[in-house]
Amino acid sequence: MKEPDLSTEIAGFKMNNPLMLASGILGTSIASLRRVFEAGAGAVITKSIGYEPRIGYENPTLVEVHGGYLNAIGLSNPGVKEFYNELSKSKIEDLPLVVSLFGAKPSEFKEMVSILEELKIKAYELNLSCPHVKGFGIEVGQDHKAIREVIKAIKEETKKPLFVKLSPNVTDIVKMARVAENSDADALTIANTIRAMSIDIETFRPILANKIGGLSGPAIKPIAVRCVYEVSKEVRIPVIGCGGIVNWQDAIEFFLAGAKAIQIGTAIAYEGLDVFEKIKKGIRDYLIMKEKESVREIVGLSHGF
Amino acid sequence: MVFNRPRIVRVLDFINESSTVRSLTFKDDLCSKAKPGQFMMVWIPGVDEIPMSISMMRDDLIGLTVRKVGEASNALFNMKVSSMIGIRGPYGNSFTPIIGKVMIIGAGTGLAPLMLLSEILANQSASIDMIIGGKTIDEFIFVNRAKELLSRTRSNMIITTEDGSYGIKGLATDVILPILKEKSIDMIYTCGPELMMKKVFEIAQEFNLPVQASLERVMKCGIGICGSCFIGKYRVCKDGPIFDSSKLKEVKDEFGLFKMDHSGKRVRLQ
Repeated sequence: MKEPDLSTEIAGFKMNNPLMLASGILGTSIASLRRVFEAGAGAVITKSIGYEPRIGYENPTLVEVHGGYLNAIGLSNPGVKEFYNELSKSKIEDLPLVVSLFGAKPSEFKEMVSILEELKIKAYELNLSCPHVKGFGIEVGQDHKAIREVIKAIKEETKKPLFVKLSPNVTDIVKMARVAENSDADALTIANTIRAMSIDIETFRPILANKIGGLSGPAIKPIAVRCVYEVSKEVRIPVIGCGGIVNWQDAIEFFLAGAKAIQIGTAIAYEGLDVFEKIKKGIRDYLIMKEKESVREIVGLSHGF
Repeated sequence: MVFNRPRIVRVLDFINESSTVRSLTFKDDLCSKAKPGQFMMVWIPGVDEIPMSISMMRDDLIGLTVRKVGEASNALFNMKVSSMIGIRGPYGNSFTPIIGKVMIIGAGTGLAPLMLLSEILANQSASIDMIIGGKTIDEFIFVNRAKELLSRTRSNMIITTEDGSYGIKGLATDVILPILKEKSIDMIYTCGPELMMKKVFEIAQEFNLPVQASLERVMKCGIGICGSCFIGKYRVCKDGPIFDSSKLKEVKDEFGLFKMDHSGKRVRLQ
């Protein structure tokens, strides 16, 4: 049997395997992202960068619950100028680097992309779905006009692929996906964390300093699979699956639901950085067992039923 | 089983170590299996959650030692008996105790993990040279505890103060060189201000001596996923906090020089 082909491509961005580091995990430093790439990721996405530096929320910013983790880090990031400085001093040509961006208004996105554009970044991901910071993320992500304006502002500054990350915290994610597609997004990342909360019963207090956070991990996987399935049936642009993938079986489920690539985040808390190689091996063995030559062949196979 | 969630414990007792440093004790089964050098994330409800070394273990009794410097440490310092705090962990790697001749260099609350380590070393090492540094006499903690531990083996203790109010006048790192010239040492353990540890590392390099240093960075998740505590390609919370010589060499462009602040911006170490 021939070695199955794990490579994939999203809107012209080629990856030697379909596993991406999800945004928000392991930060913004290039040394960190390179380590994840060397651990086997096909692409790495930075923690979301904003126009101004933000220190984020006080701790606790993370707490484990059954089936996953709640976090409310609060979009901490060094700001686009400092981030540009670090990137311009680092060797990134060979790094399949995707920069995640968040902002409050179209002009901020435009300015950020114009600063970063000369760097050897491979693609951008638009974070329209941070569920717990007021004025950013989800509030933009639920407003059709705002989505259109932000995408337009970014596309005016760059020819690089733009992935738009949508929130599952909406009544109809397909509607949002159509708005993004019609606004010229090149791909969609489906989905993000789900608004959630955990309270300590001894002290009566919400554990997270921000009280409400985003739930990630196995608990949200069926929701994310459903979102990927619904969206990928309705749009023509590629869908990247994200939400609760911790093993190769989860990854396969997302491909069958219609994802061309997948993102891994919280799984690192359970499995460490070895998770990328483990999942790749599982996908490879599955493809051999199912007599498929390429991972691309199984994308959306569940749609036929 | 959900592990990475604060376990609420009640403060059982506190010990005044100096005018600004206090140890709190509580009971926690998981931390009672911790290894020296590991840390806990300590939740001070309504205030913050901060990384703290375990400074004492007696059966199931656990101690932490806090110097009041900021909002969170002040709140922790002022905890009353039966106040509730949340504990996650223990996290991170640990010191590797050896059998041979060791040198221990610590300052301030950096002595906390070194005390736990010394309890093991005092029972197995061939000899211990311990150097405790500080600015002035009022700041010293754990001196009697260290003396008692060291009395169990061949040992030597040196105290240094910057103002000369206690022990030898000068820095802890000033007295290392003469000792290393005089006798053979197999391993150096250090915890304290990073500039001190960097100096220790540099001197050790000259003598080709291995070092184990306990590092500190801004921490949020404590479990190796948020990316707040990177030094080079290593996460202090997960790949550390104990860095051996080979790791210290790999992060030499940042060790003792830079850290990331809460936003992820690289700033110069004070």
